[in-house]
Amino acid sequence: MKKLLGSIKFLFLSIYLIVMIFPLYWIVITSLKPQKDIFSFPLKYWPGKFTFQNYENIFKISKFHIYIGNSLIVAIAAAFVVIIISVLSAYVMARFTFRGHRQIMLAFFLTQMLPGFIALAPLYRMMSSFHLTNHLFSLVLMYTVGLIPFSTIMLRGFFQRIPSSLEEAAMIDGCSRWTALLRIIIPVMLPGIASTFIFAFVQNWNELFVAVMFIDNDALKTLPVAMNSFILKFDVDWGAMSAGAVLSIIPTIFIFAIAQRFIVEGLTQGAEKG
Amino acid sequence: MAFQDYKLFDLRHIKFVGFSNFKDAFQDPKFLLALKNSGYWVFFSLISQFLIGLTLALFMKKQFKGRGIYQGFAFYSWALSGFLIGMIWKWMFNSQIGVFNDLLLRTGIIHDRIGFLSNPSWAMASAIIANVWYGVAFFAIMLLAALQSVPADLYEAADMDGASGTRKLLNVTLPYIMPTIISTTLLRAIWIFNDPTLIYGLTNGGPAGSTHILSSLMLDKIIYAGDYGAASAIGVIMIVLLLLYTIFFLGITKAEKVGDF
Repeated sequence: MKKLLGSIKFLFLSIYLIVMIFPLYWIVITSLKPQKDIFSFPLKYWPGKFTFQNYENIFKISKFHIYIGNSLIVAIAAAFVVIIISVLSAYVMARFTFRGHRQIMLAFFLTQMLPGFIALAPLYRMMSSFHLTNHLFSLVLMYTVGLIPFSTIMLRGFFQRIPSSLEEAAMIDGCSRWTALLRIIIPVMLPGIASTFIFAFVQNWNELFVAVMFIDNDALKTLPVAMNSFILKFDVDWGAMSAGAVLSIIPTIFIFAIAQRFIVEGLTQGAEKG
Repeated sequence: MAFQDYKLFDLRHIKFVGFSNFKDAFQDPKFLLALKNSGYWVFFSLISQFLIGLTLALFMKKQFKGRGIYQGFAFYSWALSGFLIGMIWKWMFNSQIGVFNDLLLRTGIIHDRIGFLSNPSWAMASAIIANVWYGVAFFAIMLLAALQSVPADLYEAADMDGASGTRKLLNVTLPYIMPTIISTTLLRAIWIFNDPTLIYGLTNGGPAGSTHILSSLMLDKIIYAGDYGAASAIGVIMIVLLLLYTIFFLGITKAEKVGDF
C-alpha cells in the first residue's frame, strides 16, 4: 500500500513536471531555430542547428534594450514605493484600531473584486489633464496605487503573526515606536516583505493594459506593450516573437528562482495561526 | 458611465441614456455567449486548478531530495504574464505547425489535425486548458504553505488514536487548512473571472466571439470600439455577479475571516 502510494506520487509529480516544463522548452527551442526550421515539417524537437539569429533580429527591428530598461525601471521603482507605503499602512492596520478601521479594510478587500481596467478611461483623462501620459512616472504611480491595497492586506497578515510584546519590550528598553519598528519588527518580517516585493515586481513587470493606454511613445514602451505591438505588426514572425517572449520571461523566472523558498516560507509564516 | 452614451471617438456627444447600454448588452448574442463562457471558464478552471493544486501540495508536503529545485520548475508559471502564456499556447495550439497536433498525430491518438483555436467548438476548451496550466501553481503554493503550517503534534495525536492515512487527511489536514482553501478559492475565482489577459493573448475572443468571456468582451469594447458606455455596463453587470457570488460563497462556507492569509 505504501509502495503503491509512493509510485503514484512519483508518477504524478513527474508528469506534472513535464507538463510544466514543456511550454518553456518549446518556446526556447523555437527561439533558437533557424527561420526555415520553425516552419519545416515534420516538426523538429531538437534543432539541427542552433542560432541566435532571432535574438539579433528582435534587437534590430525594435529598440528592445530600451523596452527592457523601461520595464526594469518601472517595475522596481513601483515595487519599492509599494513596499515602503504598505509596510507602514499594514503596521498601522495591524496594531491600532480606530474609527473607520473596519471600513478601510473592507474597502481594501473590495478593490480586489473590481476589474481594474474599468477605471482606465477616467484615469486616462485625469492623467492627461496633469500632462502625465506618455511618461514612465505615470506607470509607476498607477502601479503603486493599484498594488497598495493587496500588499497591505498581505503584510498585515504577517504583522499579526508577530506578537506585539516584541516591540513593547523594545519600547520599555527605551526604543521609540519608530526605532522598534525599524530595528526589531522589520528584520523579523523580512521573508514576508520579500515575498510581497516579489509579488509586486512580477505584477508590474507583466502589466499590459495600463501601459498600452498610457504610453504610445515608442521610446517609453515597456516589454509587454512592445510584445503586444509585435503581434499586431509581425503576425507570422514566430522566431522573433519567441525570442522576445524568452527575453521577457527571464527576469521574472530569475527572481522567482532565487526567491521561491522565501515565498513559501513567508506564506507559511503568514498562514500560521498565531 | 454605464448610463451614458460615451464613445472615445465622439466625446462631444456624451449624454445620459438611462438603461439602454444594459438593454443593448442583454440583446447582444455576443454578450450572452460571453456570459455563458464566463461560467464555464470560471467553473472548470477553478475546479481543475484546485484539485491538481491540492494533490500536488499533498504530494510535495514531505521533504524529498531536490524538492527546492522541483518547486522552482513546478511553480514558475505563476510568475509569467497571462498575455505571454496566451501567446505561447497559441503557438503550440496552432492547427498547421502547432506542437500539440504534431504530438497527437505522431502517437496516433488523432488522424486529422484539430483546430484547437480555430474551431469554435474546441476553442473555449483549449483556452480553459491553458488557464488551468497557468493557475495550478498559485493554488499549490498557497496550499503547500498552509499544509506546512499544520502543527506536527496534531498528527502525533492522530497516530496515537490509530488513525489511518485517509482519516488523518479528512479529519486533521483538511479541516486545518480549510480557511486557506476558502480564501484562496474565493479570491482565485474573482481573478479568473476578472482577468482577460490570457484570452487576449490566446484568441482575442475569436473565432467569431466564441471565446470571449465578460472581461475580454469588455476590454474589446474599450480597445477596438472605444465604447466606454457599453464597456461600463458590462463592468457593472460583472460587479453585480461578483457580489452575488461572494455573498453566496460566504453563505455556504460560513467563513468569517475571508482574505486572511
